Amino acid sequence: MDPGFFLVQAFNGVQYGLILFLVASGLTLIFGIMGIINLAHGAFYMVGAYFAYWIAQATDSLPLAVIGSLAATAGLGFLIERWLIVRLYTRNHLDQVLLTYGLILVFNEMQRIVWGNDVHGVTVPQALAFSLRYGDSMAFPFYRVLLAGFCAVMALAMFLVIQKTRLGMRIRAGASNREMVAALGIDVRMLFATVFAAGAGLTGLAGALSSPLSSVFPNMGDAIIIISFVVVVIGGIGSVKGAFLGALLIGLADTFGRVLLPNFASFLVYAVMAGVLLWRPKGLFAGAGA
Amino acid sequence: MLSRRSVITVGALAAMPRFAIGQTAKIRIGVMLPFTGTYSSLGEMGINGLKLSLAQHGNKLGGRDVEIVTLDDESDPARAPSNATKLINGDNVDILIGTVHSGVAMGMVKVARETNTLLVIPNAGVAAATGPLCAPNVFRTSMTMWQPAFPMGKVAYDKGYRNVVSITWKYIAGEESIAGFKEGFEALGGKVIKEITVPFPDVEFQANLAEIAALKPDAVFTFFSGGGAVKFVKDYAAAGLKSSIPLLGSGFLTEGTLEAIGEPAEGILTTLHYADTLNLPANKKFRGEFKQAYGKLPDLFAVQGYDAGELLAVGLGAVKGDVNAKTELFASMERTVLDSPRGHLAFSASHNPVQDIYLRQVKKGQNEVLSVAAKAVSDPSRGCKMMPS
Repeated sequence: MDPGFFLVQAFNGVQYGLILFLVASGLTLIFGIMGIINLAHGAFYMVGAYFAYWIAQATDSLPLAVIGSLAATAGLGFLIERWLIVRLYTRNHLDQVLLTYGLILVFNEMQRIVWGNDVHGVTVPQALAFSLRYGDSMAFPFYRVLLAGFCAVMALAMFLVIQKTRLGMRIRAGASNREMVAALGIDVRMLFATVFAAGAGLTGLAGALSSPLSSVFPNMGDAIIIISFVVVVIGGIGSVKGAFLGALLIGLADTFGRVLLPNFASFLVYAVMAGVLLWRPKGLFAGAGA
Repeated sequence: MLSRRSVITVGALAAMPRFAIGQTAKIRIGVMLPFTGTYSSLGEMGINGLKLSLAQHGNKLGGRDVEIVTLDDESDPARAPSNATKLINGDNVDILIGTVHSGVAMGMVKVARETNTLLVIPNAGVAAATGPLCAPNVFRTSMTMWQPAFPMGKVAYDKGYRNVVSITWKYIAGEESIAGFKEGFEALGGKVIKEITVPFPDVEFQANLAEIAALKPDAVFTFFSGGGAVKFVKDYAAAGLKSSIPLLGSGFLTEGTLEAIGEPAEGILTTLHYADTLNLPANKKFRGEFKQAYGKLPDLFAVQGYDAGELLAVGLGAVKGDVNAKTELFASMERTVLDSPRGHLAFSASHNPVQDIYLRQVKKGQNEVLSVAAKAVSDPSRGCKMMPS
């Protein structure tokens, strides 16, 4: 394989991994800190994309669409946590699956009622809609580069928040030992609501950011939730660092799998997961705290 | 003394004449379509097309009132046989119509064959339904995946393309579409140098686009639909491939997706058995009436649903609404020739449409018809015992 081709595919893998990270980081935080299996996480991805489409239609501005959709999904996440998820903390995982699966159905039906079943697209602003050329026939869309950069910055920002701030300290503490955090007099209620809203917002942000690249269509959240769970499991539940490495690993495995082993591409990521779990049964960064 | 058993028997006898009269009872049609999920807009268009046709016949078929029972098949092949059985045994439908997803349609074919229930498939293009599993009671008003793709082989060859890369999802509809194109293209001397498949229903194509750029074919033939089509066409253009390697497709690529794709779709050539812009009196009339009834312009899926209704109207008209006169009913349906919005529509011995395939090009967000790519295209229906040898 010629090195240029290899490099391009590696970049494709990293870029896909970074988007996955935005979705999976929220999922792992909610799972690790709150102990909630949130199947409806993918629904926030879809809602984020639809909000982006809606706002972009109305205002013709992608930045506004992204910010608006982040705010809307985070707000929605907050309301859902206060109203529904809060009832689940003392219940078992099966009840959580039941409620959050029900939420998927509700979200999908709402999407049908509000936006209909058509496929929509969001256009990249003119200023960003150019491509970086390489080779004689291939170009790399600038928006993808920008997106990868933005996701990398988000990852760094999350790392700083979690490692260097008081909120981050509480989140890390919550991931290691929830009961102890509560016993120490920290307002766990507020912490949980914040984490859930942030997780939903991050996912909505991922949906909004990738809406110009992909398209906006019904049930778009269903595919990403499965792969995000794979990332979370590989990384170790509750570990943002693990989610970052896991997402990159899955992004690269998926990208190279498609090109090198097309017949096995659909299960290669699961093979990677199985391999990691054989080596480290609790994932890459199990129990290390966020 | 009257035992409980005899009461039941008497009750059953009392009910008998109602069934014996038969002709005055309603004809029940069970419609299985996806009303939720990725294909839900197709399901909605399909049933509206069907309802428009029935309404134009005064909601009567062969003089009998018609009642529709709908069921959301959720595009779930695993539940298809039980759903179809529920309609036939639970809801006592006389006729089955459905569906979009090929896997679900195969489940319906299985049940229809076992129960000898009339089945009309208004979309799913899986070859087997009118191939190895063809049956006297199974009809289709759409196409096989092979049908619109095969004529593109000649179009591509005539344009001077010799080496083509194909790309589709790794599932039956995609693979049968590619096979159709390949057959048409390679018979003339072209070569499909690589067949790329992407796991269904993934929409992450970046890795494969880099592969296409490295292979440098004369053109790319593709089958995608819905959200995948939107994303693929946009990504293809953004990767800088559109200007150097022309993109050809089975017409589903640009059906219901043009508004979402926008500019990157301009100029793409596709082949299909319909186009919104088709300049035929029947099409203009249909589009006007559909818009008036549902406030929305129809698409291919509405046409196929409409033709399912028209086919039933002819067939049941010939037997005066007697759904049990099966031999005569199926024979008259097979002979049916419709002036469909898509043009002249007849049926092959395997009960698959015989229809013109149009070459279309995207211009200003619309599929403009350039020419008839092939006249009266009939699927070879390989493996169907009803085909004359």
